[in-house]
Amino acid sequence: MTVQVLLPGVLAALVGGAKHLDVEPTGGTLADLLDALAAEHPLLGRRIRDETGQVRRFVNVYVDGDDVRFEGGLAAKVRDGAEVHVLPSVAGG
Amino acid sequence: MTDLLAIGTRKGLWLARSDDERRTWTLDGPHLLAQEVAAVSIDTRLPAPRVLAGIQYGHWGPTVMWSDDLGTTWQETDHGAIRFPEGAGAALARVWQLRPDTADRPGVVWAGCEPHSLWRSTDGGCSFELVRGLWDHPHRKTWEPGGGGGAVHTVLPDPASERVTVAMSTGGVYVSEDGGNEWEPRNHGITAVFMPDELPEYGQCVHKVAVDASGPDRLYAQNHFGVFRSDDAGGSWTSIAGGLPADFGFPIVSSPTTPGTAWVVPLVADIQRVPPDGRLRVHRTRDAGGTWTELGAGLPDASWTAVMRDAFCSDAADPTGIYVGTRDGCVYASADEGDSFTLIADHLPDVLTVRAVKLP
Repeated sequence: MTVQVLLPGVLAALVGGAKHLDVEPTGGTLADLLDALAAEHPLLGRRIRDETGQVRRFVNVYVDGDDVRFEGGLAAKVRDGAEVHVLPSVAGG
Repeated sequence: MTDLLAIGTRKGLWLARSDDERRTWTLDGPHLLAQEVAAVSIDTRLPAPRVLAGIQYGHWGPTVMWSDDLGTTWQETDHGAIRFPEGAGAALARVWQLRPDTADRPGVVWAGCEPHSLWRSTDGGCSFELVRGLWDHPHRKTWEPGGGGGAVHTVLPDPASERVTVAMSTGGVYVSEDGGNEWEPRNHGITAVFMPDELPEYGQCVHKVAVDASGPDRLYAQNHFGVFRSDDAGGSWTSIAGGLPADFGFPIVSSPTTPGTAWVVPLVADIQRVPPDGRLRVHRTRDAGGTWTELGAGLPDASWTAVMRDAFCSDAADPTGIYVGTRDGCVYASADEGDSFTLIADHLPDVLTVRAVKLP
């Protein structure tokens, strides 16, 4: 399966400026997708998740428009052809 | 010769340099713009000086970055220089301290981090290993976070032995005599006003510890209320706060060359973290805390700012230079051990850390 990951500019800079990445996870969950992403792009993976595997507090992930916090978190289902947005949350200063 | 001062702030890093024996300074930056730089060090043991920065990417987490060209370019380790091992059940929250070891321990850099942890690098800060002796210490679960988070914020490797001293908020002072395997608390005499037993074995909120120039056994501590000295490597502590306008504060800095000389920046109290009478002042002792002298030439009156625990440092020059960074984004430099100060930077984000070196 192939999933399209959409990145904000600040993260795209870590992968040569690409704001869209086609990722081929080995399973159908968000954890599988992020594992595959991190294997290919470790710096990018580390920006999104900490070393325990949790998505960082101020990082938002949407699968086909749905916030994964309400869809099972890392266990959220990711279908073949899904669009996954990674975005900074409303925070900062 | 160039004197270099690294200034880590809430929103980036600045480098100040002086090429005229610290009379004038030029400011270069921001580097790492919009990143919090809570820890910085300049490792002069390498052919090119390495600036190491413990940063917080905001949304994207903490890490260590380094520059071997004084900030022009920055590198980081793909998988993270500091990364809790699988099974530790923890994630790095913040890098509080980066401390290169001595010249005869090339490549060794220590890091103090949040959650309470000590790390050691043997490759100049590119990767660190968790010091398990402290992480696995049975006291660790009782170390509460202070207001800024629970962290090892002070790391003092002894250049002449395997002794390593750390300080934590909270937790207090712990010492290892074998390079980090075994640790014991050394807080006898340091107060903990926030605990029922005000003189516990451990659990104190020690804000900073500095080593006197006379040798590794004499230490100074700025505590969460109280300024203390130990003459036996932390075995016991006595108050040296007499003569100060307040015994609260965060940094304490010792002279690297003159025994008995140290400096503090008093604040009124924990719930009033401003200078007494709204006057930013440094206080200096020449007799290991027996007496204190207020120093204010060049420092502001009508100032309600504060100085963070690492936003005060000395250099290794003669006479000793001292550098004070404030939460309102000013940096004051003194080339005469605090007798007079010059404003060398202002309107920066709040200053979290300063470190000074002379470039070889």
